[in-house]
Amino acid sequence: MAKQYEIKAKWLPYFLVLPQMIIVFIFFFWPSAQAILQSFYLQDPFGGKTIFVGLSNYIALFTNPDSDYLYSFTISIVFALSITFLSMTVSLFLAVQAHKKIKFTTFYKTMLTWPYAVATLVAGVIWLFMFNPNVGVIAWILKHRFGIPWDYLLNFQHAFILLTLAASWKQLAYNFVFFMAGLQSVPETLVEAAIIDGASSIRRFWQIIFGLLAPTTFYLLVMNLVFGFFETFPIVHGITAGGPGKSTSILVYKVWRDGVVNLDLGGSSAQSVILMILVIGLTVLQFRFIERRITY
Amino acid sequence: MKKLFLLTLSLVVAAGVYAQVSVEFWHAMTGKNGEMVQSVCDKFNASQKDYKVVPVYKGSYSDTMNAGIAAFRAKQAPAIIQVYEVGTATMMAAKGAIKPVYQLMAENNAKFDPKVYIPTVTSYYSTSDGKMLSMPFNSSTAVMYYNKDAFRKAGLNPDKPPVTWPEFFDAARKLKASGMEGGFTTNWISWIQLENFSAWHNVPFGTKSNGFDGLDTELVFNSPLHVRHFENLYKLAKEGVFIYGGRENKANPLFISQRVGLHFESIGGYGSMKANCKFDFGVARLPYYPDVPGAPQNSIIGGASLWVFNGKSPAEYKAVTAFFTFISQPEIQAYWHQNTGYLPITNAAYELTKKQGYYKDNPGLEVAIGQLLNKPPTKNSMGIRFGNFNIIREIEDQVWEDILADKISVKDGLDRMVREGNAKLREFERLYK
Repeated sequence: MAKQYEIKAKWLPYFLVLPQMIIVFIFFFWPSAQAILQSFYLQDPFGGKTIFVGLSNYIALFTNPDSDYLYSFTISIVFALSITFLSMTVSLFLAVQAHKKIKFTTFYKTMLTWPYAVATLVAGVIWLFMFNPNVGVIAWILKHRFGIPWDYLLNFQHAFILLTLAASWKQLAYNFVFFMAGLQSVPETLVEAAIIDGASSIRRFWQIIFGLLAPTTFYLLVMNLVFGFFETFPIVHGITAGGPGKSTSILVYKVWRDGVVNLDLGGSSAQSVILMILVIGLTVLQFRFIERRITY
Repeated sequence: MKKLFLLTLSLVVAAGVYAQVSVEFWHAMTGKNGEMVQSVCDKFNASQKDYKVVPVYKGSYSDTMNAGIAAFRAKQAPAIIQVYEVGTATMMAAKGAIKPVYQLMAENNAKFDPKVYIPTVTSYYSTSDGKMLSMPFNSSTAVMYYNKDAFRKAGLNPDKPPVTWPEFFDAARKLKASGMEGGFTTNWISWIQLENFSAWHNVPFGTKSNGFDGLDTELVFNSPLHVRHFENLYKLAKEGVFIYGGRENKANPLFISQRVGLHFESIGGYGSMKANCKFDFGVARLPYYPDVPGAPQNSIIGGASLWVFNGKSPAEYKAVTAFFTFISQPEIQAYWHQNTGYLPITNAAYELTKKQGYYKDNPGLEVAIGQLLNKPPTKNSMGIRFGNFNIIREIEDQVWEDILADKISVKDGLDRMVREGNAKLREFERLYK
């Protein structure tokens, strides 16, 4: 049995967690408190004048028909779901293929892991250069070889597809690495037993491998949703800047735009408080399910 | 002992005499323009030894402004900050945060005559009774660029660019008919096709002298003339003659790659056009509707000005005053103008540049100055001053895209821009009243 040490000094544990707590306080609690406070005010950016407005920053988000906040909410969810679905299915497929005993597996694996090293904003710019209707190579091919009037600057569907592709590509490598690790931990013996039982390869995949991958899949599901919801800001910033109109102005983009560029501190703070509640909710969910693990 | 004391004393005094006052100047200029900011500061620092201006690049215009705001709140503000034109009303309203330039100049007994400046430039940054609040720095205006080679090919006269909008639309259609992908495009929909459009036709963009006379101003750019202009643009978009290139200055590649033959862009982009266009191009004045009385009036400026933060020491203010006096000299202004493509802010600098023969090789720049000086500015063409103007321009961009994507009609779209914009103006008024 492992020997347990008892700490005699009562203050020592507190002292040991102190540095961490200071960091959390300065970088999380303090700004959060500021955001909550500011969300109740109409404020001069220079801090000269503040007017208490109660909940009206929040009410304006949901009741002012011009604010389109609910639309922003919907589009963010749809966007996150699309990215999650696309990048997870593709990366699972690629991982299964790369897991087979084929030539150059290491090469494939390296190549497929590569995009992970690309900064999100850079990923956005790469896709922008390929698809920009004015200068993009692929945009040109779509237009002149396939007769598709590609114009994401004015066409919402085009803009949405482009953003989803770019973000999914960015997330592909991350998923690939985890699926790969998951596949490697599936015991060979189980698969061999299934072969002896005469199970087809499709059946082997769905009934054995996919089942054993469930914890990985679930973990990735949460991570991808979080990525799609909160970390796609640079891609939107780089490619569409929320356009055409406000159609791709997702929550994290809108909060930045309103606060940093448009200097609407109160409205932007109200939005970030809402986002904070969302993150807390998602985290609770993740902990409850991931801690319990999926049993099979 | 006494000797030592005297020696120390003299050293202290000497240090005091030669202590240079150093002030920071935060700016948003990159590339060639950034080098020119450095160069102008170097010239100032070399011209005397009492003061030193240190230019610091702080990122984009909005980054720079945010950095300034954050620094002011932390009591670490620089002495001078460059703020883009849309931030003008916010800076003005921030009483206590800024020191107006006219006041700075008066307090430091600087020789300062606002009349030497080009009126359309200074009016943008002055109160309605002519008190200059910030120092004009990089000023530009909107002009029309046209591809002379494409004009020749389409059977148009390359020395006679269209002067009115009907002529312009006609030329654009001919360019498309001659084999180009489209006829024209434009940058900056709000700045060029609404703000400058209004000034050029001497019609109000907003009430209260475009916001100069009070915070209770309202946007009025949904007049029949504006609707007519936007309906024309929309109609040409549907014909494929107008190609939308994106917000801000993202339409430039369409003109540079010769997919359209006519384009609207800032004169500040003249240098980059010269560097990138592999064809003969010209610069002309903005078109106007000939049936509008008083048109053309004068165009308005864009760009940025220098603001002075409050709460600095008298010595620092002396340094800023000396710097502002220095950069207003004709030689420095002409140097800045010729190397950046931004407009000179004094008449003397314009005359000097003319005398040096610079406009022979760069006629485009003179077209822009002529357009600014076309007539003395009226209350519709002094400039625009609206709070929350960045959001308002963003609303205009968004709704314009919705109009082109057929989500809303032209008339309803302009009404929506005005309605949403006015709501933002009321928020601003409520805060600063």
